[in-house]
Amino acid sequence: MAQNKPTTLVPAVGRAVPLRPAVRIPLPGWLRTILSNRKAAVGMAILTFFVLVAVFAPVIAPGQPNKMVGRPHEAPSAAHPFGTSRQGQDIFTQVVHGSRSSLVVGFGTGTFIIMLCILIGVTAGYVGGLVDEILSLFMNVFLILPGLPLIIVVAGWVQQPGPLTVMLVLGFTSWAYGARVLRSQTLILRNSDFVAAARISGEPWWRIILFEILPNMTSLVASSWIGAVIFVILTEATLSFVGLGNPNAVSWGVTLFWAQNNQALLTGAWWTFVPPGLCIALVGFSLTLINYGIDEITNPRLQGDK
Amino acid sequence: MRFLTRRFLFYLVAAFVAITLNFFIPRLMAGDPVQVMFAQFQGRLDSRAMESLKETFGFVQGPILEQYATYLGNLARGNLGLSISNYPTPVADLIFPSLLWTLRLIGVATITAFLIGIILGIYAAWRRGGGIDSFLLPITSIVGAFPFFWTAMFIVFIFGLQLKWFPTSHAWDIKLTPNPDWSNPEFVNSVLRHGLLPMLTIVFTSLGGWLLGMRNNMIGVLSQDYVTMAQAKGLSDRRVMFTYAARNAILPSLTAFSMSLGFVVGGALVVELVFAYPGMGYLLLKAVGGRDYPLMQAVFLLITIAVLIANFMADVLYVVLDPRAR
Repeated sequence: MAQNKPTTLVPAVGRAVPLRPAVRIPLPGWLRTILSNRKAAVGMAILTFFVLVAVFAPVIAPGQPNKMVGRPHEAPSAAHPFGTSRQGQDIFTQVVHGSRSSLVVGFGTGTFIIMLCILIGVTAGYVGGLVDEILSLFMNVFLILPGLPLIIVVAGWVQQPGPLTVMLVLGFTSWAYGARVLRSQTLILRNSDFVAAARISGEPWWRIILFEILPNMTSLVASSWIGAVIFVILTEATLSFVGLGNPNAVSWGVTLFWAQNNQALLTGAWWTFVPPGLCIALVGFSLTLINYGIDEITNPRLQGDK
Repeated sequence: MRFLTRRFLFYLVAAFVAITLNFFIPRLMAGDPVQVMFAQFQGRLDSRAMESLKETFGFVQGPILEQYATYLGNLARGNLGLSISNYPTPVADLIFPSLLWTLRLIGVATITAFLIGIILGIYAAWRRGGGIDSFLLPITSIVGAFPFFWTAMFIVFIFGLQLKWFPTSHAWDIKLTPNPDWSNPEFVNSVLRHGLLPMLTIVFTSLGGWLLGMRNNMIGVLSQDYVTMAQAKGLSDRRVMFTYAARNAILPSLTAFSMSLGFVVGGALVVELVFAYPGMGYLLLKAVGGRDYPLMQAVFLLITIAVLIANFMADVLYVVLDPRAR
């Protein structure tokens, strides 16, 4: 924008003017756009915090998360910032290390789900006709079936599913919502002039989908992806909580499972269930904020919405 | 009428898909869990019981289509099989009382949450930037970020165990009477006291979704010309808000009902676990824990059918509110 000169060249009265623009970390364009939105910036900050905790978990909380290091149900102290569990394990260590599996499963499975959504949704929208009718029927059916009971039944047959099985089960049961959203956007784009032009100029269908249609719904794909990640993090915690996870694994859901099974509530050991719950909620909330931000950036009607 | 017929057919298809999934899921598993399951009960069940159990699931000799037909036939005759953990009680006998508890709990909670959410959403949109809009809305979206079961644990901890205001488990006081006795006013009172915390948990956690949806629809409707026209005519605020704007704004919320209900029901089932509330969720999770597969399958089917019926009721309401759908 030529008419908008950088502020450094237009000195405000009484303010020191830097001769050179401040050193800026080169950020990719999309990231800068997201960070320009206040909600999304807060969300990104919280999420970055948890990613850093996950990456540096062994440094922040050295030691085995499941090792007995104290007396049962010790209240928070300097030695054990979040207290100990019934088995005398340090909750702080568990929560710090648990961020790893929650984030990895969340983003990994979320990515798997969004790929299914793109595959099914874009196919239905682009191909149309009978294929669309059938795929849409399945989308609507899977949308209406109660998801969690279905997931519990499938996981119940597997008994203690590992991360890969959880990914497959959640993918199989949860693709419908995103697929429907992407399908309707594909329908709109398919009938637009630039796609018609591409088709007439002889572009093959896969090129049209990959290079004409998908880039024009990046924000929608991004927000569906984030939605899927939120869903997976909550559902995975729920599955562990109801005892369908590996009880010896380290994750926020498993810590909550043990809190429930060891009557932590009855004994007043609030420190065993408050920190992991808060972490799940904070990660979910940060992702929701990022999604609101993407919404506001791409939907100008919401921008006055403070 | 065409609209309702079409929806009804759709729900039939959905029920059919659920029934079929129930049949195929165990057969899709690697490592043949069915054999494992039957092997597990080898010593505990006599051979006749084993045979009837296998037949309920359609595990008969023959091609898969024949197995499927056997399974459908059993289902059509209402034969859901026998429970394994409570052998030889028929699954149906275990499910029926649980179904009633769940219908009462989730039914009341969902309707309450829906109504409160809709009304608050209307006011939030009407006074944009006002108290509800700038205060309640962020709170509900923070609450929504917590897992359902965690909110339940938190409420149990604060109101049940620390303040001791309400009982925290089961649906009534067992010491009062071991079996439900609705003619006893003390029993009814006990049911209400036991149901309050789980109900509040579900209302509290699902309220935000309805509120936000209704608010956003309402904002869209309020900018329409006919609303401005109604205001210009000098109609009262209340009339413009409810009779003109809200009646149209509620329609997408009713459509969204179908998607949200499955989610709410799923969460509510886990809430039952935290409160040890003897409903379908508690039964399902107990069945999964005890590897009681016939019970597990039947609970899933009935939950699904209940959700489909609730959706059909939402569709009927849609037709009542929107003359275009008639």
